[in-house]
Amino acid sequence: MPNELFNSFMTGPDERGRFGNFGGRFVSETLMPLILELEKQYEIAKTDLNFWDEMNELWTNYVGRPSPLYLAKRLTNELGGAKVYMKRDELNHTGAHKINNVLGQIILARRMGKNRIIAETGAGQHGVATATVCAKFGLKCIVYMGAHDVERQAPNVFRMRLLGAEVVPVTSGRGTLKDAMNDALRDWVTNVRDTFYCIGTVAGPHPYPAMVRDFQSIIGKEVKEQMQLNEGRSPDTLIAAIGGGSNAMGLFYPFLDDDDVNIVGVEAGGKGVNQKMEHCASLTGGRAGVLHGNRTYLLQDDDGQILEGFSISAGLDYPGIGPEHAWLHDIGRAKYVSITDEQALEAFQLCCELEGIIPALEPSHALAYVMKIAPKLDKNHIICMNMCGRGDKDIFTVAKHLNFDMSEVC
Amino acid sequence: MTRIDRTFQRLSKEGKKAFVAYIMAGDPSPEISAELLCGLPAAGVDIIELGLPFTDPMADGLTIQRAGQRALAAGMTLKKTLDMARHFRKIDQETPIVFMGYYNPIYSHGVEKFLKDAKDAGIDGLIIVDLPPEEDEELCIPAQVAGLNFIRLATPTTDNLRLITVLTNTSGFVYYVSITGITGSEEAQSDDVEPEVARIKAGTDLPVVVGFGINTPDAAKKIASIADGAVVGSAIIKELSRGKSVAEVLEFVASLAEGVHDA
Ligand SMILES: Cc1ncc(COP(=O)(O)O)c(C=O)c1O
Repeated sequence: MPNELFNSFMTGPDERGRFGNFGGRFVSETLMPLILELEKQYEIAKTDLNFWDEMNELWTNYVGRPSPLYLAKRLTNELGGAKVYMKRDELNHTGAHKINNVLGQIILARRMGKNRIIAETGAGQHGVATATVCAKFGLKCIVYMGAHDVERQAPNVFRMRLLGAEVVPVTSGRGTLKDAMNDALRDWVTNVRDTFYCIGTVAGPHPYPAMVRDFQSIIGKEVKEQMQLNEGRSPDTLIAAIGGGSNAMGLFYPFLDDDDVNIVGVEAGGKGVNQKMEHCASLTGGRAGVLHGNRTYLLQDDDGQILEGFSISAGLDYPGIGPEHAWLHDIGRAKYVSITDEQALEAFQLCCELEGIIPALEPSHALAYVMKIAPKLDKNHIICMNMCGRGDKDIFTVAKHLNFDMSEVC
Repeated sequence: MTRIDRTFQRLSKEGKKAFVAYIMAGDPSPEISAELLCGLPAAGVDIIELGLPFTDPMADGLTIQRAGQRALAAGMTLKKTLDMARHFRKIDQETPIVFMGYYNPIYSHGVEKFLKDAKDAGIDGLIIVDLPPEEDEELCIPAQVAGLNFIRLATPTTDNLRLITVLTNTSGFVYYVSITGITGSEEAQSDDVEPEVARIKAGTDLPVVVGFGINTPDAAKKIASIADGAVVGSAIIKELSRGKSVAEVLEFVASLAEGVHDA
């Protein structure tokens, strides 16, 4: 239990929004009053039982929480080592963990009287979740999405349009998540009075990294209880994929002070971290810098220009990482590794065949790391990986990589 | 007293407003950009804002985004921008240069090293868009200690209470962003701007210069008449991006300067 003598990992960020030297509020003056107001309103909501009552009701009846904790028996047998559990957040309404956070932010936006919601999206899952909750509450929704991602995640673009959202393809840069975030920030600077910016990951200026983490922490809280029921103890190792790091932070956060729990974040290794630029492993291949409102590890060149990452997974294709992960990495509380496109595709297929679960490409990265370490671990070792999204959105991408011609199916 | 302070003193004696021109360092190429830079004082520019190219300019509209991309594609770097300023300073010791950009290239260069290099190159001030007062320890305070002006942006969302914070640690002049929005947006309305300038002036003795959304000599004149100066950026860059020669662009710059100096 945390007490004065115990050095807790769960007290961040400080009043300046810093996790160690990371985080902060690096935004233009126009936005500064807005994020200060957001911080104030979030602090009020956080301790307001009515706020959490509304969240819990929707988490239960709209999202379908708690999500199951599932023992993947055939996968465990196949790997022949550690016991593998999956936290089934892909079963949430809209098919990923993203909606956990969106609900919180939209309820907050409503309390603040904002009726125009903007969001950035990579894989489209955060965009779909935002469009969904906006439809439910009758709010105007504009989603910025990189033009390259619009192409590779077409099913999600159509879903957002069906849900009544306006999807704006962003052509600046290479047209991925980073560029979508730039344009969302430009929209916010322009429409300051009526607009709420619903960020989809644990990045951006304070209070976003802390707020999104708090909303996603429902994942780890449930795992803690469910694992007690199943095994009578905590898991030994937690594994989650990292784009900006929200599903990972949600799983990790409630366990940060449990020092017998190993924590592993899996970054997208793309074509391999050694190959220059063709990956998105900010911690493994980047260095500290300032982008999108916070200081964190970034892929950048010698001149401090941000590099475009590369990953088969649109949701992981981001050259930065949430500042809390940067801090956990530096102090050594969590370990960060990378998995290549090829390894993720292999895990994707194995999961389909052995467990009857079509995973998204993002958690396929986490699963690939499970496949790497589980065989070497003891049978009593318990791994919990975050199955944070389902793969429906990715079937076209995967088909292409497996040289499967969709048009010849019918 | 800095070069910026002296410039405002001179203008005040002449009964003139300040014309501030923004160009992007390295756009469309380091050579053409240097030529344009060196021609600005003769075209009537009182203070030069030299844009530092950055891959992710979150507060800029398409015109300046593309200018930055052209500059980067042409191989522009922070080092080369410092060289360009140093070269300018050899031929002009009077016209202040303010670097305007984003923090990461400076952070990557190393703050201490950057301040020394900037001072050596004859840079007078900094406008760093993504460093609000909350992050003053990063660069603002070290810059003032190093003898560089740190020019802060005040915006329509800066309320009276916050204005006190914004004006603290500001020096050289205050840059009032006339609209909520990005650079290159539609015309700023002088009726909206006038009371805002008065509000800022009530809190500081520093000159107040207005920018964002000023695109024509007429608009520049109108805004300058209600403030201590006007900034034009996107409109100049647009001329350049239409393929006009440096001489033609400088002619347009001179027409803007005339508008401001007539105010
Ligand atoms: C299923 C899924 N997992 C993971 C991510 C990456 O985001 P984060 O690291 O914030 O969880 C995304 C992003 O779009 C996603 O759709």
